[in-house]
Amino acid sequence: MTDPALFGYLLRLGDDRLVLGHRLSEWCGHGPILEEDIAMTNLALDLIGHATMFLSLAGEVEGAGQDADALAYWRDEHAFRNLELCELPNGDFAFTMMRQFLFDAWSVPLLEALTRSAEPRLAAIAAKALKETRYHLRHSSEWICRLGDGTEESHRRAQEALDELWPWTGGLEYQDETDRALQARGIAPNPAELLSSWRGLTREVLTRATLLVPDGPMRMTGGRFGRHTEHLGHMLAEMQIVARSHPGAEW
Amino acid sequence: MTPSNPPGLSSSQPASDQWPLWEVFTQAKDGAPHEHAGSVHAPDAEIALQNARDTYARRGEAVSIWVVPSSAIVASSPEDAGPFFDPGNDKPYRHPQFYKIPRVGKEL
Repeated sequence: MTDPALFGYLLRLGDDRLVLGHRLSEWCGHGPILEEDIAMTNLALDLIGHATMFLSLAGEVEGAGQDADALAYWRDEHAFRNLELCELPNGDFAFTMMRQFLFDAWSVPLLEALTRSAEPRLAAIAAKALKETRYHLRHSSEWICRLGDGTEESHRRAQEALDELWPWTGGLEYQDETDRALQARGIAPNPAELLSSWRGLTREVLTRATLLVPDGPMRMTGGRFGRHTEHLGHMLAEMQIVARSHPGAEW
Repeated sequence: MTPSNPPGLSSSQPASDQWPLWEVFTQAKDGAPHEHAGSVHAPDAEIALQNARDTYARRGEAVSIWVVPSSAIVASSPEDAGPFFDPGNDKPYRHPQFYKIPRVGKEL
C-alpha cells in the first residue's frame, strides 16, 4: 500500500457514517411517528451513501482489490475505526437525536474543511456529503431544541441522553500520527479548529434547548484504533450476516 | 372536479395523540405553481417543512415547499356541488368552444 495514512483516515470517515447509518436504520418501522420514521431512514440512507463513497476511495487507495462492500462486510470489529459515539445502541428517541446532533455538529465543520483538502477525490466526496449533512444538522438541532425545551418528560430524557453521551465526545479530540501526517500534507484539517466550531455549535443549540452541558471528565476512547464498546460486535454480527452467509452474492 | 374535503379535514380537531396536520404544496421548478402534494403531521411549522421535505421532496421533486395548517383551509362541501358547479354545465356559451371561429380568422 502506497499511502497507509490516507487509507486509515478514509476508514475513519467511512466507518463513522456506516456505523451511525446502520444504527439509524434500526429505527425503520419503529419511529415515534410515521414522518419521523421516514426522516430517520432518510438520514440513515444518506449516511450509508457517504460511507460508500469514503470506503470506495479507501479501497482504491489501499489497492488490494477491496471495494466498499468488502470493507463494510468483511472486516471484524477491531478493524473498524469509527467513534464509539456512533456505535452506542439507539436508546430512546431523545438519545438517538442527541447522538445524531453531537455527530452532525462535528460532521458539518469537518466536511466543510475537507472540501478544501489537497486530495481532490476526498474534497469531491466531502462537497457531495456536505449538502445532506447540513440538512441532518438542521433536523437534529431543531429536535434537540424541541425535546429540551418541550415537556418535563422530554426535557428529562434529553438531559439524560446528553449526560450519557457527552463523555463519549472525547473521541473527537483524538489525534495520532495518521492525522498529523495528513495535516502536514494539507489533506486533513486541524482538529483543534474543528473542535472550536463544534463547541460553538453545540453550546448554542444546547443553550437554546435549555440543557446543561455536563462538566465531568471525558472518556478515554479507542474507536480510532479499533478498541470499541461491547456494542459494536453485536451490531456488526447483524449487519454482516447476510453478506457473509452468501459470499459473492449479487442483488 | 368533485368537491371534497382535503385529507384530514373530515374531523376538525386532531386526535389527541396526533400532531396537527399540514397540507404540503411543492413547486417543481421556478415559475411553476405550487401544487398539492399531500399532507404530513408535525408539531410546528419548521418540523412540518422538514417532514414535507423528507416525505415529498427527497428525490429532487421540488425547488420550493409550502406547508399550511390543514385547519386553515376552507373547503366546499359535497352539498355545495349543485349551487357551486352545476350552473356552468347548461350554459355552453361560457366556454370558448361554443363560438365558431370565422373562416377569415383562421390565421389568427
